[in-house]
Amino acid sequence: MNKRLLFVLPLAVFLVLAVYFAIGLTKDPRKLPNMLAGKPVPAFALQPIKGRDDKGFASTDLPGRVSLVNIFGSWCVACQIEHPFLMQLAASGAVPIHGIDWREVDPDAGPDWLKKKGDPYELVGDDPRSKAAIAFGVTGAPETFVVDRQGVVRYKHVGPLNEEIWRDIVKPIIDKLRAEGAS
Amino acid sequence: MFRWLVLILALAVADGPAMAVNPSEVLADPLLEKRAREISKGLRCVVCQNQSIDDSDATLARDLRVLVRERLVAGDSDQDVVDYVVSRYGEFVLLKPPFKFATAVLWVGPAVIVLAALAAMAAFFRRQRRGATGGARPTALSDDERRRLDALMKDDRT
Repeated sequence: MNKRLLFVLPLAVFLVLAVYFAIGLTKDPRKLPNMLAGKPVPAFALQPIKGRDDKGFASTDLPGRVSLVNIFGSWCVACQIEHPFLMQLAASGAVPIHGIDWREVDPDAGPDWLKKKGDPYELVGDDPRSKAAIAFGVTGAPETFVVDRQGVVRYKHVGPLNEEIWRDIVKPIIDKLRAEGAS
Repeated sequence: MFRWLVLILALAVADGPAMAVNPSEVLADPLLEKRAREISKGLRCVVCQNQSIDDSDATLARDLRVLVRERLVAGDSDQDVVDYVVSRYGEFVLLKPPFKFATAVLWVGPAVIVLAALAAMAAFFRRQRRGATGGARPTALSDDERRRLDALMKDDRT
């Protein structure tokens, strides 16, 4: 009895490890945990991009309303895919969207891009040296953060936003945050 | 031929991986720069995940290297700098995972397995030795067997 158990043991250990690794393999290593969830947005104060006369974009602009912070760049292909949806979202007035123009090599590239394709952002800050991007823990563009009324980061979406993700994930979160603030 | 091999090996060892750190990033203070290099070697590039930011040519790795240096110049300790990056990207960015409860299996696991294997081996050999000498005593040879043995020995000698 005891001896037979000893023979099964290596197999059991192997199976446990195999299941462990099988689960691990299904996880996308590019998806890092959102370290900022539940924490106030990191302090940043970015200069405006060219052609916008506003004051740029700073962390102090965020408290007061539920809003989205979208990290983008004119060089980023996925942002091009995302852009029409952001325009649509901005036009619907569902939520204010702010932009962080990340790592433009040419300071004209970001503004030109927005001029040509349309500008969905309320505030835009220029982040050529990844100051704000690193503070947000960004690994690639686009990434979008949901910030609540207290200026606390509540959710991070990695990759382009689209109709489906908005409807199924982001909008419910925003609705919940607005209800929280109202009560 | 052998001399060539030695030369090639020596070059391969001396050369090392190409540096990603740009001359423009290097700090004037060699002591700070050395600390920056050490910290950078332990931080994973989040774009190309199996390289450290010290090795990576990715733009985000470059910006992280610059950030590490800026923080050191501002007077942060090595631990402060690492803690800041971890607070943004999680412990995943540490190429050497810290020892704590969640990573205990990772660190202790291999040693435990080796010890278990050694114990199993020791038990196996001890049992085998006991099986050969102790246990059932070998019985004396019968007359018939002794005769056969003598015959065989005699054969051998001739």
